[in-house]
Amino acid sequence: MKKTRRDFLKIAGLSAFALGSAAAMGPAGALAASGGEGRYITSPKELKSKRWVMVIDTRRFTAPQDFQTVIDACHSEHNVPSIPGDQEIKWIWTDTFPHAFPDEAHQYLPDRVINGNFLLLCNQCENPPCVRVCPTGATFRNEANGIVVMDPHRCIGCRFCMAGCPYGSRSFNFQDPQPHIKNINPAYPARTRGVVEKCTFCPERLAAGKLPACVEASKGAILFGDLNDPNSSVRKALASNLTIQRKASLGTGPSVYYII
Amino acid sequence: MLELLLKGRPRFYLWMGFLASVVGLGAIVYIFQLIYGLQLTGMSRNVSWGFYISQFTYFVGVAASAVMLVLPAYFHHYTKFKRIIIFGEFMAVGAVIMCMLFIVVDLGQPQRVLNVLLHPTPNSVMFWDMTVLSGYLLLNLVIGWTTLECERHNVNPPAWIKPLVYLSVFWAFSIHTVTAFLYAGLPGRHYWLTAIMAARFLASAFCSGPAILLLLLLVVRKCTDFDPGKEAMKTLSTIITYAMCINVFFYLLELFTAYYSGIPGHQHPISFLFSGHDGHMAWVNGWMWTAAIFAIASLALLVPPQLRYNDKLLPLALIMLVIASWIDKGLGLLIGGFTPTPFETVTIYTPTFVEILVGLGIYGIGALIISALWKIAMDVKKERGTFELQN
Repeated sequence: MKKTRRDFLKIAGLSAFALGSAAAMGPAGALAASGGEGRYITSPKELKSKRWVMVIDTRRFTAPQDFQTVIDACHSEHNVPSIPGDQEIKWIWTDTFPHAFPDEAHQYLPDRVINGNFLLLCNQCENPPCVRVCPTGATFRNEANGIVVMDPHRCIGCRFCMAGCPYGSRSFNFQDPQPHIKNINPAYPARTRGVVEKCTFCPERLAAGKLPACVEASKGAILFGDLNDPNSSVRKALASNLTIQRKASLGTGPSVYYII
Repeated sequence: MLELLLKGRPRFYLWMGFLASVVGLGAIVYIFQLIYGLQLTGMSRNVSWGFYISQFTYFVGVAASAVMLVLPAYFHHYTKFKRIIIFGEFMAVGAVIMCMLFIVVDLGQPQRVLNVLLHPTPNSVMFWDMTVLSGYLLLNLVIGWTTLECERHNVNPPAWIKPLVYLSVFWAFSIHTVTAFLYAGLPGRHYWLTAIMAARFLASAFCSGPAILLLLLLVVRKCTDFDPGKEAMKTLSTIITYAMCINVFFYLLELFTAYYSGIPGHQHPISFLFSGHDGHMAWVNGWMWTAAIFAIASLALLVPPQLRYNDKLLPLALIMLVIASWIDKGLGLLIGGFTPTPFETVTIYTPTFVEILVGLGIYGIGALIISALWKIAMDVKKERGTFELQN
């Protein structure tokens, strides 16, 4: 949109009038003008849980396609750019067993395990080091459902959270990400240069009654549910399978479990 | 007292002009970084801090080292230091400002830096670091400026200055302890997760900071007629020697724990720093060995008193000490902390020219501030007749 000087004067005049009249009406007037105090309303469709956790059935991820479908579902939905090189951005990705579970690895593991790939993403820690170190509260844990979220508008880009995360789950926008997004999804905000981002367990989908994008795309290979509910699918899976977490000895309380 | 800056020899202005041009160059390069973002640096997803944060860490140590003059002078009434205390305090001012600038240039969104104050989060060590650094800057500015002004007017400093001086002693220890806590409390970074980190930081600060101060004082002695005093220099070099011994000892403690325990996670960063990985040398290896050799060589020249008090050898020993401590803290600390990565892989970090030029610009700002403040201090001493060494 092209702005002429005339437009600018109009807007400036209107702004001055609005400010002046709000001041004249006093605080009550200003409140009325902004529609009163804000309230948070949750949709009746919202999926609720005290502690969301994920159980990944690694036995069901065998072909490269199985991983790619899940990764693409997440990255295209969340406008995650594809930037080549070391300054890449990724929310969910794959790596080998020795890289994902360095403490668990030994060379005589079954071939499927030692040579296989594993899905990695933010562990949504119960006791997240990234939240502990963030100097602005830009990353915080939603105590209602246990999800560790990011406010990219408050992030100053100090990257303390990246040093703090023992899982390498965080990415920094070293450059403007937008030219590297193939098809922008207008329903989800794209980030700017200079802020940190990561997987957020899709709170925007949960609010609309949908499962996270990766869970939906996995066709049942990733379970998602309430850790505090003994009848949830995740609790049943944890009770009937041997599962491991990444670097559990660090006391972070990861919310992502792996059935090996 | 600022008017004293208006009267100087041409070569003072030549020096300041040179520094200003270095700052200008750094500023131009920083504008490019503002336009294109931190992609112009060598940092990556796996090595997310680099040259800027390591320089910040090193100069917090330099700032804290002023206490090595203040403590003997005020707690032990060591009068020989009273003449040069002001130089330590003003060097701390320059160093803290450099620290703050190194943090700002490292930010992805520098215009949001005040979010740290708008949304204070006491659980973050970064918040406390900002608090103690600002406090330390204020303390040194107020103490240095007030005592100098009193010296100029030939009156005793006001009574309230003394509690501030005592506070500044503890504050100096706090700034470097808090800086060490930035690193020492992170799970999963083996090289940093060590209880001795703060102690190591203080030891390395208390040898390298006074060494830089002493070197600068030697330069000043060459360029002006100001003589810091033989006794004061001897005592300072003794302090530097003890601190360097402790610094090297602490590093050896780290080596013992890592290699005797046999825990791979503890060994990997140190092995990488000195010998690379998978049989491949990394560029940092040569630097680390240089640091090790210079550290030992500087001790060899500092520990025997007849060598330490030798005016010809002392500068050489100090230069080697500063280089050794700079490599340890200004390169090795950050690279070792991020290598190997949380995936036990290796991502090589090499600072780019952008980082080095922006860093040089900040060095220039620090040198500019310290030169201006030191000139004021020396001119006041000339006016008062305290410039010449008494007895």
